[in-house]
Amino acid sequence: MHTKPQEITAMADNSSRLSPLTIKADFPVLSQDINGHKIVYLDNAASSQKPQSVIDELSRFYSEDNANIHRGLHTLAERSTDAYESTRKRVAKFIGCQHPEEVILNSGTTAGINLIAFSWGEEHINEGDEIVITEMEHHANLIPWVVLAKRKKAVLKRIPITSDGRLNLDDIEKIITDKTKIVALSHMSNVLGTINPVSEIAEIAHKHGAIVVADGAQAVPHIPVNVTELGVDFYTFSAHKMLGPTGVGVLWGKKELLEKMQPFMTGGEMIREVHFDKVTWAGIPHRFEPGTPNIAGVVGFASAIDYLENIGMDKIRQHEIEITRYALEKLSKIDKLDIQGPTDPDIRGAAISFTDHNVHPHDISTFLDSKGIAIRAGHHCAQPLLRILGKVATARASFYIYNDETDVDKLVEAIIEMKEYFGV
Amino acid sequence: MLLDDMYRDVILDHYRSPRGRKPIEKKDFSSIGHNPACGDDITIQIALENGNISEVFAECKGCAISTASGSIMAEYIKGKSVVEVKQIAQNVRQMLKGEPCELPDDMGDIDALEGVKNFPVRIKCALLAWITLIEGIGNYESGHGDEVALASTEKSED
Repeated sequence: MHTKPQEITAMADNSSRLSPLTIKADFPVLSQDINGHKIVYLDNAASSQKPQSVIDELSRFYSEDNANIHRGLHTLAERSTDAYESTRKRVAKFIGCQHPEEVILNSGTTAGINLIAFSWGEEHINEGDEIVITEMEHHANLIPWVVLAKRKKAVLKRIPITSDGRLNLDDIEKIITDKTKIVALSHMSNVLGTINPVSEIAEIAHKHGAIVVADGAQAVPHIPVNVTELGVDFYTFSAHKMLGPTGVGVLWGKKELLEKMQPFMTGGEMIREVHFDKVTWAGIPHRFEPGTPNIAGVVGFASAIDYLENIGMDKIRQHEIEITRYALEKLSKIDKLDIQGPTDPDIRGAAISFTDHNVHPHDISTFLDSKGIAIRAGHHCAQPLLRILGKVATARASFYIYNDETDVDKLVEAIIEMKEYFGV
Repeated sequence: MLLDDMYRDVILDHYRSPRGRKPIEKKDFSSIGHNPACGDDITIQIALENGNISEVFAECKGCAISTASGSIMAEYIKGKSVVEVKQIAQNVRQMLKGEPCELPDDMGDIDALEGVKNFPVRIKCALLAWITLIEGIGNYESGHGDEVALASTEKSED
């Protein structure tokens, strides 16, 4: 295999704290001015920025190794197949799974959840069965279950949330029953920031014979995740929220479950033998990877994991606890501003949703953009949750490894200025 | 990007003290509009006298732009004929979409909305009041003024 050593500058730091300023220098997009101000990128829960090493790796792959995978008997095809398959091993190690074939590479979290719903769900869900979700799900981990429940005349039940945005587990033994076949929940909420007690819920679900699907889109980029220790059956996440390219994601599933599952999409590269009247499927993971995947993206994803691991996920988590604590403290001092989600940084991530009593989230976003600050405003693909919160939209600032307290200060300053500007 | 180009003083004034908030006792037609992109909602009620708009109620729950646009509309259309207002609403829609249009000489505060067209993600906010008004007039003209017309920025061609 042909690979160049990664150029990672942020890694020289061996101290216990990471250095956002050094890291920021590795991200070309963060060196620009937006509307006359140095960019402050606080939309990381939607998508993270990419370090130079990832961008370079995409370019290197296309310049040096590009070919289709798993089918060519030439040097380039071998190189690209090696690079692709080595990412699978890299991902497996990163999430603490022993068997790389349990790692299905796809287009993202949405693809992973749909695969489970259409494959495992199609076969195992019957009329009257129960599917349990939570009130804080992103549409990606909500709509596939709503649709499956409708199709199978199954019952969709939900774990409610507390007023401070945690899961309310008081009635969990009534919600998860012997009729429950699937429990699908977010590991970390994209709106509330809440880190859910996935292991605890998985244990209850397994007691009743249900499988557990965790949506890790917001968790894997920010906290150390070990799928084996979590005790779930399926786990999904996306590369683009963790410094990787867009259009790449991971579905991890237990071997014994994956092996028995039917493919959801069929076509090239996922078969053993094909006749006009009969097809036998390839083994896992290839059974679930039809067609030509985003090869370059997958190869670039390995560089993103390298970057994160070189910093260390524990260190990243620690940094985000600190920046979340600082941001919550500063934001909560602003008059007439409501902050969603838990107040304790130890049980939440750095995605902070807020609303102003008077200024609409879209006006907040437009105003902050004029100061070079990128946040998200809207329903965050969680309309049912927003309805429970009594909001049509919220503003959300979400932090990552390149953000520091100065970014929080700029956000707070701009919000105060915004209140004067709209003068309501 | 010039923020003040969109949030002009006129816009902020309408936003802070919106016009057309006095409920109407006897309406001739009404409509409700929704902008799913922002979650903005508007309720419009119109009373007529001899074919002219005599009273306007326009209550918008949403961002500064949709609120101001609703208020500007409420103020502008009062006293004008239904036929005239329909034409103006269609012209404003074209203006916001950056299409050629014929705007009246006396535009009132409508021209303050022009800056929005430079902020593509906010155009629907400014459109909401006007497409909702157009739906209401459509109902009235087809003899269904007693039914509440429904409008959505997603359903329109905008």
